[in-house]
Amino acid sequence: MSRREPLQVKTSVQGSPLIEEGLEPIPTTSRLRGVAARTEGVANAVFIGPAIVVVLMFAIFPLIVSLYISMSRMSFVAGGIDIKFIGFDNYNKLLFGSQKTHLLGLSSDVPPLGWVLLAGAAGLLGWGLLRYIQAKYFSIGGLIGRGVATVIVLAGVWLLVQTTLQAPGRPGTLSITLIYVFAGITFQYFIGLGLALLLVQKLPGRRFFRVIFLIPMMITPVGVAYMFRMLTDFGKGPFTPIWKGFGLGNVSWVSDPWLARLAVIIGDVWQWTPFMFIVLLAGLEGLPVEPLEAAVVDGANRLQIFRYITWHALLPVSTTLILIRMIEAFKIVDLPNVLTNGGPGTATESLTLHSFIAWRTLDLGGSAAVAYLLLLVVTFLGTAYVNLIRHRAVEAL
Amino acid sequence: MLRGLTRSKLRNKRNATGLLLLAIMCQLVLAACGDPTATTIPATTTAAPATTAAATTTTAAATTTVAATTTTAAATTTAVATTTAAPTAVPTTASLQFQGTEINILTFTGPQIAEPLQRRGPDFTKLTGAKVNIITVPFSDLYQKILIDASTKTNSYTGYVLAPQWMPDFVTPGYLEDLTARIKADKALQWDDVQAFFRDFSSSYQGKNYTIPLDGDFHVAYYRTDVLEKAGMKPPETWQDYLNIAKAFQGKDMGFGPGYGSCISKKRGAQAFWFIYDIAASMIQSQGTAQGTFFDQDTMKPLVNNEAFAAALDLYKETTKYGPPDELNLDVGDTRGLFDTGKCALSLDWGDIGTLALDPATSKVKDKVGTIILPGSDQVLDRATGKLVKCDTKTCPYATNGVNHAPFAAFGGWSGAVNAAAPSKAKDAAYAFLSYMNQPAQSNEDVTLGKTGFNPYRTSQFKNLDPWKKIGMSDTAAANYLGALANSLNSPNVVLDLRIPQNQKYQQVVLDTAIAQFLAGELTRDQTMKQINDGWEEITNEIGRDKQLASYKATLGVVK
Repeated sequence: MSRREPLQVKTSVQGSPLIEEGLEPIPTTSRLRGVAARTEGVANAVFIGPAIVVVLMFAIFPLIVSLYISMSRMSFVAGGIDIKFIGFDNYNKLLFGSQKTHLLGLSSDVPPLGWVLLAGAAGLLGWGLLRYIQAKYFSIGGLIGRGVATVIVLAGVWLLVQTTLQAPGRPGTLSITLIYVFAGITFQYFIGLGLALLLVQKLPGRRFFRVIFLIPMMITPVGVAYMFRMLTDFGKGPFTPIWKGFGLGNVSWVSDPWLARLAVIIGDVWQWTPFMFIVLLAGLEGLPVEPLEAAVVDGANRLQIFRYITWHALLPVSTTLILIRMIEAFKIVDLPNVLTNGGPGTATESLTLHSFIAWRTLDLGGSAAVAYLLLLVVTFLGTAYVNLIRHRAVEAL
Repeated sequence: MLRGLTRSKLRNKRNATGLLLLAIMCQLVLAACGDPTATTIPATTTAAPATTAAATTTTAAATTTVAATTTTAAATTTAVATTTAAPTAVPTTASLQFQGTEINILTFTGPQIAEPLQRRGPDFTKLTGAKVNIITVPFSDLYQKILIDASTKTNSYTGYVLAPQWMPDFVTPGYLEDLTARIKADKALQWDDVQAFFRDFSSSYQGKNYTIPLDGDFHVAYYRTDVLEKAGMKPPETWQDYLNIAKAFQGKDMGFGPGYGSCISKKRGAQAFWFIYDIAASMIQSQGTAQGTFFDQDTMKPLVNNEAFAAALDLYKETTKYGPPDELNLDVGDTRGLFDTGKCALSLDWGDIGTLALDPATSKVKDKVGTIILPGSDQVLDRATGKLVKCDTKTCPYATNGVNHAPFAAFGGWSGAVNAAAPSKAKDAAYAFLSYMNQPAQSNEDVTLGKTGFNPYRTSQFKNLDPWKKIGMSDTAAANYLGALANSLNSPNVVLDLRIPQNQKYQQVVLDTAIAQFLAGELTRDQTMKQINDGWEEITNEIGRDKQLASYKATLGVVK
């Protein structure tokens, strides 16, 4: 089986390796060469300079300013804006103060199902750690990192279990975002995989359907949201007769928290399945034929071929795909905003929408604080995911 | 053979890469076009200050839905604007004195409120030469749009049509032009004809005039006269009556298919958060306007953690049972549409339903609409104990039949203001335009048209029934409608809307969110009261309790 570079993530984002290469002094002996090297060094700086300035201006500087804003309170005074530094007050408000129920939700007693889920998650994570200890690439640093990640993930599961399962509990925007991300990506991935497997067959009309399946991705999210808002209207929408037939004429998706969340997830799945589909299709088309032929010769059935060959060969591309979608999915805002306006109550509010609504009400500090928390969560989950999955993916090949 | 295979593999790989690239490019393109800000935000979006831009680095900006085009009220715009009577009064003597001046007036995405401004803009241009641009943004964005535009000195707007409630936040930093002298000198305005409440509350702040009222805003209750008559029921006097009637008609056919007992806008992030105080105020405020509804006058503690507010929350939640299934997602435009299409037995609203119901293009309930003062309560809050007590001559001095009514001057009516930082010629033109809109020749017609969203605010508009008859209101209907509005306006127990600094945060953020969560079943009644209480206390403490208390008392000191 061919060994391919499993992940491009490491080097694709930053240009730093290139910069370092360029700045490396060229070993010289003569004076002339020294001058040449110096000019070359200056030339390097001159050529790279603009890029660095642009990066600083558009990426680093706003990041620092928004960090400062997240620690300040703004007010409007005669002649302008007054920005007052208040330290971690905004974060304190979000995590322990008046916004706590908004961000983290209300917790309730954990029902038996919750304990089962928690035990399951703990078992899985523990098993992963155990396997890591036995693995070839084991290192103490890696173990510590994984230990910390395990604890944080378990805390996340604990939060979800506490806030979502039983009546007085209510998920906050953090839990809701996590639900959107995990439910959405799971459905998107498996539906996308199914469609890709279907269209890789030599079926009539497959070219046509490839285009059709791509269309949802081409629509702007706001368009999708308005469309689903109409579709999910049981009173006036196009499906009204059907719902009435089922005796559901007086039910409304937008009045029940879980139904509203479901509506958002369905819209998200509809829109983003095509992305999964197109990339997985590309992955499938790129698979080498020899192992498949060999497997057929060895008498493997289709399920076995999928289980032992196709699935493994698709793992690297799946990993990248899920990472990209995950980072993207954490930023969901347009769908809940248009579809339900974050309602009923705050039932469908994602972290980004939480931040946006805070911003809209001129609570810039609070808004930036939410945004920073989101950044932390995404960075943590992204890194943890890459680290946990990388060796597994390499092993699979 | 081997070579051939490798090549085919390579080709496969290239294909795959091509597809991948295509997918990624699609994603990029989408990310670029998918940015939804362009959909409802107007073309003239002001440059956000660098600081706000920074705050949103991880916050994809998104459109707001307040301006949802699905409101049935929007249909009214399709009705051809009735040709306006030739404007008789010109604000100033010289004609075409503003030739070459351009004014930008910012208000909220209508169609109501923006409609009359847009319709009369060209007339004003003909009279004075000033070009009028009306710029609209969703209601939930209006407050911050004005603040950001003025505070960053962008000053892209010459004038605003805004909520008079926000004046403390705009006047203190000096964003609004003092109009006192202009109003005094303006004979065409007929200022004395404007009802005292609007002159004092909607137009003034700390003794000076900053706005020109264009709209008279009161919450009233509406009922279907034909339906109640047929069932032998009287219009509701108390909130319990309201519930009983709503319950009786929920799911019943009222002539236009199965309908709902009560339609109240309950959408979050829209204009719905006032309605809870329609109910709560009737139990909290009984000693006249100066008593106030929102805070304790000694400690500035919110009056939300008591039996009265609890009872109001219970009542409010029960109305949801007898309403449309998606009531929690309905804006006022939606409930107006439902009422006008004959789907609702009862509704709470500003004065708009009364006039919208007359429009044959959209209404099926012409002459079937009764208007009454907001229902009341026979129990009121004893502020010392936090308990509800029965109404008697001492506890409810203004009660009628033992029922305490507290009509809520929610919002206070859209009013026009002038940007203090605009060039003086533009300021004059903007003032002249607002004055023109307010003058009886224009406003007496506009307040009778449902699509304008303007409700009567001049004495002459209450007294002179001719314009009302002209649009097809029968004598009894006009008397009933104007009577209910006048009753509310003249009540000694009118509830003034909150008008302290940052009231937008108290109401549009804390109250709105908590009520929405309560209605969605995400918070229990007690949690809701605690959340509002804590949220309000937090803002009060941040700004300074003494400052807020002084300002609260000052707004209540407004003599009606």
